[in-house]
This record gives sequence, structure tokens and C-alpha cells, in this order.
Amino acid sequence: MSQHAEIVVIGAGPGGYPAAFAAADHGKKVVLVNEEKEPGGVCLQRGCIPSKALLHVAKLIHEAADAAEHGLTFGKPKIDLDKLRAFKNGVIGQLTGGINGLCKARGVTLVNARATFASSNTLNLAKADGTTEQMTFDKAILASGSSPAMPPMFAIGDPRVMDSTGALALEDIPKKLLVIGGGYIGLEMGCVYAALGSEVTVVEALPVILAAADRDLVRPLQKRLETQFKAIHVNTKVLSLTATKAGIVVEMQGEGLEPKQTFDRVLVSVGRKPNSRNLGLENTKVQVDEKGFVKIDRCCRTADPNILAIGDVAGEPMLAHKATREAKVAIEALVGEPAEFDNIAIPAVVFTDPELAWCGLTETEAKAQERDVKVIRFAWAASGRAQSLGRTEGLTKLIVENKTERILGVGIVGVGAGELISEGVLAVETAAVARDLADSIHPHPTLSETLMEAAEAFIGQATHMYRPAR
Amino acid sequence: MAIEFKLPEVSDGVKTVDIAEIKVKPGDVITAGQAVMDLETEKAVVELECPHAGTVAKVHVTAGQTVAIGAPLLSIEAGATSAAPTAAPPSTAPAKAAVAIPVAQPVVAPKVAAPTAAPSTQSAAPDTRPPAPAGPATRRLARDLGVDLHQVTGTGPGGRITQEDVQSYVKNILEGRASAPTGGAIATPPLPDFSQFGPVERQAQGKIAKVSATNLSMAWQTIPHVTQHDLIDITDLEEARKRFGESLGKNGPKVTMTAIVMKALVPVLKAFPHVNASLDAAKGELVLKRYYHFGCAVDTPNGLLVPVVKNVDQKSIVQIATDLADLAARAREKKLKPDEMSGATFTVTNLGGIGGTGFTPIVNWPEVAILGLSRGRTELKLHGGAVTERLMLPLSLSYDHRVINGADGARFVVKLGQLLSDFFTLLAEV
Repeated sequence: MSQHAEIVVIGAGPGGYPAAFAAADHGKKVVLVNEEKEPGGVCLQRGCIPSKALLHVAKLIHEAADAAEHGLTFGKPKIDLDKLRAFKNGVIGQLTGGINGLCKARGVTLVNARATFASSNTLNLAKADGTTEQMTFDKAILASGSSPAMPPMFAIGDPRVMDSTGALALEDIPKKLLVIGGGYIGLEMGCVYAALGSEVTVVEALPVILAAADRDLVRPLQKRLETQFKAIHVNTKVLSLTATKAGIVVEMQGEGLEPKQTFDRVLVSVGRKPNSRNLGLENTKVQVDEKGFVKIDRCCRTADPNILAIGDVAGEPMLAHKATREAKVAIEALVGEPAEFDNIAIPAVVFTDPELAWCGLTETEAKAQERDVKVIRFAWAASGRAQSLGRTEGLTKLIVENKTERILGVGIVGVGAGELISEGVLAVETAAVARDLADSIHPHPTLSETLMEAAEAFIGQATHMYRPAR
Repeated sequence: MAIEFKLPEVSDGVKTVDIAEIKVKPGDVITAGQAVMDLETEKAVVELECPHAGTVAKVHVTAGQTVAIGAPLLSIEAGATSAAPTAAPPSTAPAKAAVAIPVAQPVVAPKVAAPTAAPSTQSAAPDTRPPAPAGPATRRLARDLGVDLHQVTGTGPGGRITQEDVQSYVKNILEGRASAPTGGAIATPPLPDFSQFGPVERQAQGKIAKVSATNLSMAWQTIPHVTQHDLIDITDLEEARKRFGESLGKNGPKVTMTAIVMKALVPVLKAFPHVNASLDAAKGELVLKRYYHFGCAVDTPNGLLVPVVKNVDQKSIVQIATDLADLAARAREKKLKPDEMSGATFTVTNLGGIGGTGFTPIVNWPEVAILGLSRGRTELKLHGGAVTERLMLPLSLSYDHRVINGADGARFVVKLGQLLSDFFTLLAEV
């Protein structure tokens, strides 16, 4: 049996399903092909969403413990792992059901199959039941996503060595957990396991954790993580993993650490790689760069006139919200609207506790580009809301261009930074100036006031921060 | 101690080059001045010499990569025998490309607003400008109207561009109040989706083609062109040329009509010095050139190139022909050096080998005139009272009307025609 789609979308993650929906909303006949039975992609099935469900629980544990200082003492938390897993899976189920429902409502045909390109207008669809079908298409949107990188030296074939998928499956709570890689995935999962009771050690080969973020924003986070984790070792390399009955024996090289340690589980979170292989792209004109990313232009078009690509497979940063924006750009460009991925601010959020978020230009980038900017730091100790939450370690930072007073970058560390950064995104994306932020009324008492006050401090003095004239 | 060999300035105004070929690999021992890679500039492939001697420790670039001036290319370990600990370059010559570039850069256009190029996944030059200060909705509007936001003056705080700014920018251009961006016009509006009409294929334009496109549209838009056509009787000249060619034998240089026309142009340009000139419109001055370097358009697989025969006034026709043959051959092999493509005072383009009765060439700015030759054709003419077959050469002179008036344009072509049809006069004048 052969079928034809006006638009076929490959992959039903946060790039693929919004693309399918947008295409359907433009009146196209859309087929959404997904290799897994349920839609949602890594983000929903084993990424953003389940990790946030677990991090929410982790935060509750910490807050309950911290409450003792404010006169509220709870007993030691009892953790019912099955129930916790069920909560996480319930969240996934809810959202999966939502996507299925929206597909139906929009008339998007969801096909459960692995798609490979036979040519620039034909897909082979290998279904779960072993049958294969062919589908022709006018245009294809490739949104095949990415997978956790697992360097061969770590792939020792033992289930106790996990990637992020394994860590989110939450098989058990290991007594001792080693996290290889101090990026956002490693730190977020480390937070979850530490809160559940694991003794967590993080090793990072680079001299710093969260290398892309400004140091002053990482510092308060790192300080708190150091109290939750057993240790964070930077400049440290893992030389070998060996499975023994007692656990995974890890040989490491770095300063001030026991070079040979045994862990109950090891989480490998050293990055992700695009899913561009085994897709039959060689049968199309699509070009792939040396890192495996499909090359696209600002309208998400590949070198093949029939194929567009969005999301992780189409380049850094590999973030769900970038994929979703690209989905809209790709479809709008396809139907002839003047869309282009010209975004200036792609927010990055680390959902640890405290959260760390930034968008636009970082201070490090501003320095490297020799931009004439002023950096304003507003410490949360001056925020009434932060005080009332008992969380004053936060910091709100603006990178403002001196000449134009334009806000080029925003960085926030603190409780709820992931939510607060959106205002920064709006400011940077719309070329707002400091005065715009300072003169907009922010509700009191909220943490968002720190953005307003930082902008006030750029213009002159902030109400709650006084810096003597120099 | 390792020396970083960085990409030196290869040519005035050239900010990036493509690495065409790398001729060394780590471990190679190189001598000072050795050619280490081929660079593709906007104009040609240039051999890059490295002034340092030693062992190549690392190659920082790959073939096909676009690199900026100053980017590290090679790390070179000074030779073991090198006594100098600081590994000073063996000569005082600064790192330089194999060629020096004269100041004049005839083929490089002034800044022309790049029209919003049709997206291409290949080597579309990334826009390195910081984003224009405008919100997403304004940027979308600008894209829709084909407006380059960097040309729009923002009236908002900090120079923020509003939707109204974009609208009034377009309105002003339509009403002719604001001049279009320097040298260019309104950016080309976005293309329709051709694939709705039939299958299409996208092909990235080569660097040479892109630069030609920019220069040609700049010249076309800024120079008021007039083309003067004429038919010249070259029967006698052609006979003499053939005779002479036979006398040179098979291995002798091929004396082409282009070479003869170039020689004939010298006395004509001496008689009309303002044709061998450039216009400095900003200062209101004419730059008269006392040298005679002629460009010759060459059709190559990579695009149009214009190598330059230098000092035509001091060369014999045979020498000019030899130079032309050599330049054309190397143009096709992408082996021209930048200084062989700059400094022309006048350009000749000969389409006679292909055909046609006449055309309007575009002046190769900053020159002010260009001569086109079409295919010679036999016509019946009254000659000495009898109807005879004569070979007629069509000439087309395009010129910058700001510099050359119509009468002079006609006189120029008439004089050139006389020299070619009665070549004793040529002998007498040169």
C-alpha cells in the first residue's frame, strides 16, 4: 500500500508535533511519523518533562528540610519510589494524551513507524509489526532529535551505567552515584538523586561546571550544590569503568580525589548527538556537517528542496524551545510567509535549585566581542520577596549597551529563574532599553522586581540598592 | 617554540578568503617563502607563502573553510638547527601573500547593500553584523517588504526601529526622498516558492559570481550608460593578420584581433584622455591616467574574470598577444594573482568567437568605458567602384555619459575604426 502526504513530519518531539500542527493549521494534509508508540519525543518521554516532575519532588524535600529554620519541622521524608515513578509517568501520560488529542482535532495522521528516506520524495516506513510501507510526500520536515552521547569507553554493557534515559527511569535509589559531566543534565539529575538520598559525586573534565554560563551566576548554585553533593570534581577525567559485583569501579584522574572509587550507579551525561544517521539521508540532497547536524538555512531549508529540518538534528543549541520556534519558521516559510529564524535571545535554563537562566549576550561573550557594555548585578538580598522565601543567594544581572542603553543580555540565578528569564527574553528580543524595564510597574512583592531594579541601577540608583557615586 | 602563522592581508579590502588547497601537512619541513596553501579570494586563487621555516606542527584550517584575516593557519616548530630562540622570521619581509596589491582595486565595489540573498545552505556569507534593534514583528515586516533593517534609522529609544520607521523608510524611497542604500537599490524582495510551479534545484553561487554580480549591479545602477555602435571594414587588416600568423608558424603566438585592437586603442585614448580615466564624483574631479593597462574579459568555468595587460603602450602587438594568451589560460586555471586583475584603465571584451551582431557591455567601474567586439561578418560593399565582399567588425563602445559626451563617444569609435580599416594610420600613430 502506498500513500501520499502533502507534508510529512518525521519525529513527534517538541519540534515535530508543533510543525505538524502548524502545517495542519495552514490547511495542509499532514502525516506525523514517530518511531516510538507515543508522541512527545525525548522532551516529553525522557527529558524536560519527567526530569521536572522529579525535580519538583526534590525541591519539596529540600524546602521541607529548610523549613526547620523557620520554625516548621517535618519528619524525615518517606520515599515511595513506585508512587514517585507513577507520578512522573502520570505526567507523561497526561501530556502524551494531550498531543494525541490535538492530532485528532487537527486531522493530523499519526503513524507509528521508523521513517527512512528512499529518495527526495519517498519515505520507507518500517512499522512495529515488521511490515514496511512506502509514502511519497511533497515536503518533509525532519525533526528526528538527538540522543545521549555514550562514549565507547563508558559503554561497558552494564545497566548500572546509565544515560539520562536510564536515570529518569528511576530503577532504584543508589547509595553512591557518580555523575560524569557537569552540564545541565548531570546537575539536574544529580539534584534529584541527592534529594532522594543518594550520595552524589560529579566529575567534570573542564575546569568549571556549566561552562557556557557566566561564573558569577554559577557561583551561588555551585555553593548550594556542594552542600547537597558529596563532591564536585572539576579538571577530572574518568579513565575507566569496570563492572564488579560490589558496584562500578571507576578510575579517575584529577586533583584531590581518591583515584579509584566504587559507585552503585554511574550516570554518563557528557552531551547529546544529533540523530542524523540511518535515516537514508544519503538518498537525498540533504547535507550533514562534521558534527552530524543537518545543514539548514534561516528558513530551516536543507540543501534538498523538498526537505526541511528543525530541532536538535538541525544544530545547536539542542533545546526544545528552539525546536518549537523552528517548527513555526519552517512551516510559515513553506507556505510563503516572511518567517525566518532570526531570534536574538534563545533562553537557557538549568532547573537545579536554585535555577540558573540566561538569554542574549553573556558577560563573557560581551567581553570577547569587546562590546561597550555596563554589567549591572542586583543581589537578591535586597529583594523583599527573596527574603520572605528565605532564599537570598540569587542574583539578577543585566548586560546593557552603554551607547544605546539597550538590554543585550540577562542572567538570573535564584529560585524561579527559569520563569523570570522570559521577561529578559522579551526585553532582548524586542531591543528594549533599560528605561523600558525600569519604568514598567512590576508587581510587589515579587522576584521580577529584581529586573526592574537592576535596570534602575543602570540609569541611576535602584530603590533598594545604593551605590555611592565614584 | 611554535610560531603561529596567521592569514596575512592578501588584498586590499579582502576580509575573508576560502582555503582552496592545503599543500602541507603536520610533520612537513618547510622553508621560508614556501607556498603552503592556495587561497580563493573574491577574484582568484592565490598562492600563500609562509615566511617561516620549520616543521609544520599543526594545520588549523581545512580545505573549503572560509577564514578571516588574522586567523591562525599553521603552527610551525622552528627547525632544530635554528639558533634563534625566538624563531625570528628569516627575512625582514613581513608575512605576505605571494603578491602585492596596488592601491587601486578596480573590481572591488564599494559597500553595496547586499540584497537579502536567497537562502543557501552552502557558503552563504554569514551576516556578522549585530542584529538591528527591532522587535520580531518589525523584523518580519521588514523581511516582507525586502527592507534591510540596517539601512533604517530607528526613532525609538536607543535607536530602536519601529514598524512605523520601516513603513516610512519604504515610503520615502518610493517617493524618491531618501536615496537607496549606497550603490544599491531597495533590496530584492523575497522570491516566490518556485517549487510550486515545478521542480527546482538550488545551487550556491561561487565567490567570483557573487562578486561579479555585486560589481555589475553597482556599475549598472551608478553609471549612466550609453553604447555607441559601428561597423569597421577590417578586410585588409584581417588578411594581413592571417599572413603574419602564417609567417610565425604553428608554434608562434596567435596574434588575435583583441591584441591588435588593444594596440590601436592606445593612440585613440591618447587623443581622448578622458576615456582613459576615472570619475571622482565626490570631489568633482576626473582622474586622468598616464598609463595604459587594459582589462580583457575572460569567460572561465568559474565565472567572468578580467585579467589586465599592463603597459600596452610599451608593448608590440605580438607581446600583447602573448600576454593575453598567458593571462587567459591562467584565468581558466584559477591561477591569476590579484595584481594581474587590477589596475585596468580600459576594458575590451570580445564575443566574436561566439557570435552576435552587437551588444551593450557594462562599464567596468571605476573605468569609464569598455569596448565590445562582436563577430566579424562579410558584407557587400562598393569598393573602388565595384561591389566587393568586405569583412566588417562590429564595435560597441559603452561609456559613462557623465564623463564622455555623445559626440566624443562617436569620435572615439570613428577614430578607432580608421586605425583598424586603414592600418597604415595605425603604423603612423603608434
